[in-house]
Amino acid sequence: MLKTSLYGEHTALGARLVPFAGFEMPVQYKGIVEEHRAVRERVGLFDVSHMGELELEGPGALELVSSLVTNDPTRIADGQAQYTCCCNEGGTILDDLIVYRRNPERMLVVCNASNRTKIAQHFARAADGRVKFRDSSDETALLALQGPRALETLAAAGCSFDAARELKSFRFQDGHVAGVPCTIARTGYTGEDGVELFMPWDSAPTVFLALLAAGKAFGIEPVGLGARDTLRLEARLALYGNDIDESTDPLEAGLGWVVKLDKPHFVGKEALTRVKAEGTRRALVGFEMVGRGIARHGYPLVDATGGTIGLCTSGSPSPTLGKNIGLGYVPVALSAIGTPLSVDCRGKAVEAVVVETPFYKRKR
Amino acid sequence: MGSASDIKDDRKYTKDHEWALTEGDELLVGITAFAVDQLGDVTLVGIDAKVGATLEAHKPFGTIESVKTLSDLFAPVTGVITRVNTALEKEPELVNEDPWKKGWMIAIRPTKLAEEQGSLLDASAYRAHLAAAAH
Repeated sequence: MLKTSLYGEHTALGARLVPFAGFEMPVQYKGIVEEHRAVRERVGLFDVSHMGELELEGPGALELVSSLVTNDPTRIADGQAQYTCCCNEGGTILDDLIVYRRNPERMLVVCNASNRTKIAQHFARAADGRVKFRDSSDETALLALQGPRALETLAAAGCSFDAARELKSFRFQDGHVAGVPCTIARTGYTGEDGVELFMPWDSAPTVFLALLAAGKAFGIEPVGLGARDTLRLEARLALYGNDIDESTDPLEAGLGWVVKLDKPHFVGKEALTRVKAEGTRRALVGFEMVGRGIARHGYPLVDATGGTIGLCTSGSPSPTLGKNIGLGYVPVALSAIGTPLSVDCRGKAVEAVVVETPFYKRKR
Repeated sequence: MGSASDIKDDRKYTKDHEWALTEGDELLVGITAFAVDQLGDVTLVGIDAKVGATLEAHKPFGTIESVKTLSDLFAPVTGVITRVNTALEKEPELVNEDPWKKGWMIAIRPTKLAEEQGSLLDASAYRAHLAAAAH
C-alpha cells in the first residue's frame, strides 16, 4: 500500500486510514460531519497527494492536450485552469481532469488517482514523438485548502503573493507557501472558495503543518476523504467511478458545458456529435429523499409500480441541508424537477423527488 | 458520548457489538460505544421489526446508517419485541450521545434464554474480543 508524505501527520492527528486507489488515505480525523462543517463555515485542509499529475512540454503541447479532452484549453489564457472530460472514441468518459495551461508549450493535467495509469498511458501514447510527456505524480504532493477562511489561512501561513487579490477563480500562479515553492491554484472540489497547492513530495509536511498552525485562529480542521465526498456531492461535482465512468457520456452526465463540439477535433467528437443530434436517453439528476432512507451508490431507482428506471450513483446524508440526497441516472422523460421517484433501499422502496442541483451553492 | 473503549459491567454483549441489558423480564438491546465509534455520526436508525413480532437470534431487526456506512442490527437472542425506541426516528444522534442508555433500540422478551445465554459475552469476554479485534 502506498503512503503519501503526510502519513506521519495523519496518524499523529488520529486519522482513520482506509485504502483508496492504492494509497492509505485518511477517511476522517474527528468525524465526517464536523469536518464537513469546518469547510462550509471556516476552513479545512485536505491531503490529496494521491491525485495524478501529468506534464506535457514542447511545441504542440496545448494542441495535443486539446485533442484529448472535450473542453477547449485553447480558449483559456496562460495561467488559467479548466475542468474537462477526457473521452474515448465512443464518447464515454475515461476520466475527468483539470487542465492547467502554464503556456501553450507547458501544460499540466491533473487526473484521478484511480485512473492515473490509464490516463498516463493514454496521454503518453498520444504524445509519443510529438511532445515531451512526464508522469510527475510520484514527486508531486497536492494539498487542498478550502472554505470561507481559506485565503486568510494561506496568507497567514506566509504566501509570497496576495492570492485573495491576485488569483481569480480557476487561475494559478507559482509562488512560495511557508517557504516552500508551490503552484497555487484557486480550484477545489468542495463548492467553497479555496486553493489547491502543488509542491515537491517531501515538502508537503512543512506546508501542511504551517497551514494547520496558521489556520488555528480561523478554526481549521484537517479533512478526510469522507467529508470530501459529502462536500462534493452537495456541490454536485461528479465523482469518477460513481457518477461517471466508461459507461456514461458527458452529455447525459450533465457535463455538456465542458463538451465543445465546435472544436476541429478531439477524441470522442464524432460519437458525442451523434449523441447530441439523437438526444440523450437518460440524465443524471439530483434527488432528495422524502421518506426515511439513505440512497447509496448502486441502489436501484424505481417508479410507483416498482419497476426499475435507473440507478443511484451517489447518495449520502447532506450535513449542510440536513436531508438525504443523491444523484442518479433516470430516463429523460422522468428527469424534470419535481418528478417523484423511489429508491430501492435494500428491498424497501423509499420515496424521493427530483430536485435542482447543486444541492448547495455558497453565497458570494 | 463515552469513549470507544468504555464497557459496562451490568450487561451482556455479542461479537457484533450489540449489548443486552436485563430489565425485569425484558432485555434492552443497543450497540456498544465501540460500534458507535466505528460508525461515526449516526444519521438513521431503521428498525424494521414491529412490537409483538418474534425475532430469531442473530437475525437482523433493522439497520443503522452513518454518513458513509450501513450496518445491520442483529438480535442478540430469540424473543418477542415488546418495545421499540421510537425516539431514534427523529433523533438518531442519541445513539452517538448515549449509546448505553438513551440510544437503546429494542426491548425483547426472551423465549429461549436458557439455551442461548451461553452465546452471549460478559463484559470481560467482550473486552477480550475487542482487544483481539484490534490486532
